[in-house]
Amino acid sequence: MSVYQNLFKTLHRAALIPFFVIGDPDETTSFELVKTAIDAGADVLELGIPFSDPVADGPTIQKADIRALASGMTPARAIAFIQRVTAYRPIPIGLLVYYNLLIQYGMEKFFTDFKAAGGTSVLVADLSIDDADEIAPLVQKAGLETVFMVTPNMTEERIKEVACRTTGFIYTVSLLGTTGERSALSDAVRPLVQKLKALTDKPVCVGFGISTPEHAKEVAAAGADGVIIGSRIVKFIESNLTDPAAMKSQVADFVGNVKRSLQGGTCPRG
Amino acid sequence: MKLKGRYGSFGGFYVPEVLIPALEDIEAGFERFRDDPAFVAELDELYRNYAGRPTPLYHAKRFSELVGFQVYVKREDLLHGGAHKVNNALGQGLLARYMGKKKIIAETGAGQHGLATAMIGALFGFETKIFMGSIDIARQNVNVHKMKLCGAEVVSVTGGSCTLKDAINDALRYWTAHIDDTFYLFGTAGGPHPFPMIVRHFQSPIGREARQQCLEQIGRLPDIVTACVGGGSNAIGIFSGFLDDKSVRLVGVEGGGKGLNTHEHCATLTVGSVGILHGARTYLLQDENGQIRETECISAGLDYPGVGPEHSYLKDSGRAQYTAVTDKHVVDVFNTFTRCEGILPALESSHALAWLVTQKGKLPKDTVAVINLSGRGDKDVGIIEQYTK
Repeated sequence: MSVYQNLFKTLHRAALIPFFVIGDPDETTSFELVKTAIDAGADVLELGIPFSDPVADGPTIQKADIRALASGMTPARAIAFIQRVTAYRPIPIGLLVYYNLLIQYGMEKFFTDFKAAGGTSVLVADLSIDDADEIAPLVQKAGLETVFMVTPNMTEERIKEVACRTTGFIYTVSLLGTTGERSALSDAVRPLVQKLKALTDKPVCVGFGISTPEHAKEVAAAGADGVIIGSRIVKFIESNLTDPAAMKSQVADFVGNVKRSLQGGTCPRG
Repeated sequence: MKLKGRYGSFGGFYVPEVLIPALEDIEAGFERFRDDPAFVAELDELYRNYAGRPTPLYHAKRFSELVGFQVYVKREDLLHGGAHKVNNALGQGLLARYMGKKKIIAETGAGQHGLATAMIGALFGFETKIFMGSIDIARQNVNVHKMKLCGAEVVSVTGGSCTLKDAINDALRYWTAHIDDTFYLFGTAGGPHPFPMIVRHFQSPIGREARQQCLEQIGRLPDIVTACVGGGSNAIGIFSGFLDDKSVRLVGVEGGGKGLNTHEHCATLTVGSVGILHGARTYLLQDENGQIRETECISAGLDYPGVGPEHSYLKDSGRAQYTAVTDKHVVDVFNTFTRCEGILPALESSHALAWLVTQKGKLPKDTVAVINLSGRGDKDVGIIEQYTK
């Protein structure tokens, strides 16, 4: 059974999955923030390697990428960073990466190095399920899990293909668009999660536009196994660029609040 | 996707999953209407009476004398809007109308594709948004005004290098959130499938006409066909007419900027390496980690770190050759050609003219070279003035 399936089975509630761009705003602060999120209750981490042209991301994460690149982050340093994170606390790490970075690093070497650093899964932001063959065999050969995306406008045939090719979790995009905060959660989330749950027993995590503890709770109530929160968290960095202490305390408070809302009302079983 | 859009190992559609339905929609629309008699007839009528096709093939005798061989100019600069971009904008715009779309978006570099799209937006009554880098807006201000006069909204893009690649990023992002009702009218023969195929199709009249005109006017095929290459739409348009004529040498000319020994150029095929950007596996300008480089070139229309995937294929297969000329040579030939012929060539097209000058003394006098004069240089007069200062 996969790392994620094991984890989600034992949690008895939706997993909390914060997202960070590695090296945002700089390597040292980034590491402090990731530790803060772990200490505040993150169950899994979703980490992104910064890319110069992140077309799947909205302005908040694009700016984070620019900050991280300006501070000197590279794919090799990102892998060393992940090694330090897993040494601090063994926690499943899902990686979000743009395809060109993998290709230039060398795909097999990248997956081997990421696995050795303690990584768990790989999601390639600009690779659709049509081209899953280009990475899936190499990901699995390295002992890693695959993550693919399901979107609200996807045909059932493609969703089944995703379910079949996924060995980690299905990353469900809750709305049409790029990453970014939204004031209200898309109406598409509940029916989409329910549809997925009916089609597959693979874990389903929801991301894009989840900005408040209430959103997280709603997503969990819809039946998701995990809640991925990206732009809202990255925004704490953007809003406090001159004050790392404020970044840390705001990330800690927010992650803690979301965690409590995911735990709230559910008595720990077992 | 029904077709995979591969050119050898190049091309494809490396995009976030959320864009796939939109690309499939456009592919299906294109396959349905490309040979539909009503569509073909209407497009043909628009090409003729709106855009001004066929464009002439002109024997530039004074310039020929200067370089020492025979230069024939395919006058795409005479088209409505002042560049070849209208061919593709009309084709895709009509396709959007046949597909029932009411809103179109486009990216633009020099502003020529933005202008062509804005014109077509007015013609068909679309709601039109043009994404343009803030630096390009500053250096191509006249085109920005023209777009607005046509009723288009011009969105200033400030991310990254503030040029064409960032305009494409933002247009893709916007499209991702509005794919239900919006048609992305992609401007160059690059990006994810089906765009390279569609843009080539709608630019192919250039090559078809040029080939026919050579046979009629010169009585034979040319020895050389040359065009500038940024994303590569005008080049693929004219090359496509001659790909099967193995005796015809195809030469694409890229922006050498301040020189290939600097990073201030956009000579993607000449010195780049293979990777993935904007949905296509193709040659790119990138650093050792795969981060895309910021490019620089005197002509905004070539200022792009990628290139259409079919050009990558033509390079590797050896069917076409690609080279670069520097800003300085481009400005020199702009002045020379204008003085010789009384025709202001766009700075983009001037790259191909500059390459012809480098061939002076190397080719027999009866050599026939066809150059695609993809646009007119009126928009560049200010830049030339500034450069010469």
